[in-house]
Amino acid sequence: MNDTISSHDSASDPIGSRRHWMSVLARAPAEAIESALTRDGLLPVWTRVRGPETGLVMVRGRAGGSGSPFNLGEMTVTRCTVRLGSGDVGHAYVAGREERRAELAAVADALLQDPTKFKVLRHTLIRPLEEAQQEQRLTRAEKAAATRVEFFSMRNMRS
Amino acid sequence: MSAGLEAGFADPVHDAQSCFRAVLDAMAHPGRIAQITGLAASSPLGTAACSVLLTLVDHETPLWLDPDAERARKWIEFHCGAPIVMQQEACAFALTLSLPDLDRLSAGTHESPETSATVICQVESFDKGKSFRLSGPGLREPEILIVDGLPRGFATIWQRNHALFPRGIDLILCAGDRLTALPRTVSIEEV
Repeated sequence: MNDTISSHDSASDPIGSRRHWMSVLARAPAEAIESALTRDGLLPVWTRVRGPETGLVMVRGRAGGSGSPFNLGEMTVTRCTVRLGSGDVGHAYVAGREERRAELAAVADALLQDPTKFKVLRHTLIRPLEEAQQEQRLTRAEKAAATRVEFFSMRNMRS
Repeated sequence: MSAGLEAGFADPVHDAQSCFRAVLDAMAHPGRIAQITGLAASSPLGTAACSVLLTLVDHETPLWLDPDAERARKWIEFHCGAPIVMQQEACAFALTLSLPDLDRLSAGTHESPETSATVICQVESFDKGKSFRLSGPGLREPEILIVDGLPRGFATIWQRNHALFPRGIDLILCAGDRLTALPRTVSIEEV
């Protein structure tokens, strides 16, 4: 169970890479991003380049990680692209239909591309969000582990 | 990195529909000039050329991009998602800042003439320049179209394209926020 979680975990991308912060932002609630940016006085003025708009993406899977790909199902995704005054362009794709969340994640992505702002936001935005997500993941994994059924032990009990 | 990426349609569904209607009307009434609003242009393209691209071009339509319009490549790739092709013969749409060699574009086949290329050509203006007399389907009376930015001998080049009917290239001319269309059915004389 833990293995399958960590394979798509944000921890698998190197800390500080764009992929890493985008995956953290994509899972973060809108209020958390907004309050962190407002607290640091970094909430900028932005223009929407595209969206926010909601659509469907096909999620594909492979049985056992190595079988041939199949379509697992469609997933609702909201995407947004914004441009800041500095010219930095930020993108976000988030699950669900919360437009504000996609827009704020895109704004944060644009800000993080500025090296000086990255130094601040890495500590005030990304790390707290990541820790909260990690904790949430652990709690869920613990709950799942507590209800796990050991099939082998049941067979042993019967025999 | 992607500095200067301009926005697309503010209201994608309605803006694309009204632009589509403008192109449709322009094709049905050759030489009639339509005005397009509601979109910031992405240099070196004007509002009309950008709107036509957003309306007609997508991932299913290979686009040939005039090297002079290279600066708009990022914008087109981002908003239209169109594959940009190197061979003019393979394109469904061509975006140009001057009239391309029409012989090198696909004119379709007799079985499916609708597969021919459509050229979106940005010209200087419709207020001054050479005058052309248009006649043919959609025009009760011959219409005069004034265009600045088409090459010398355009009427002769066009007559060759017109003679291919039902095959042939359709042309959408854009200048700033205005556009007009010259479908393959129209006959053009220089006046």
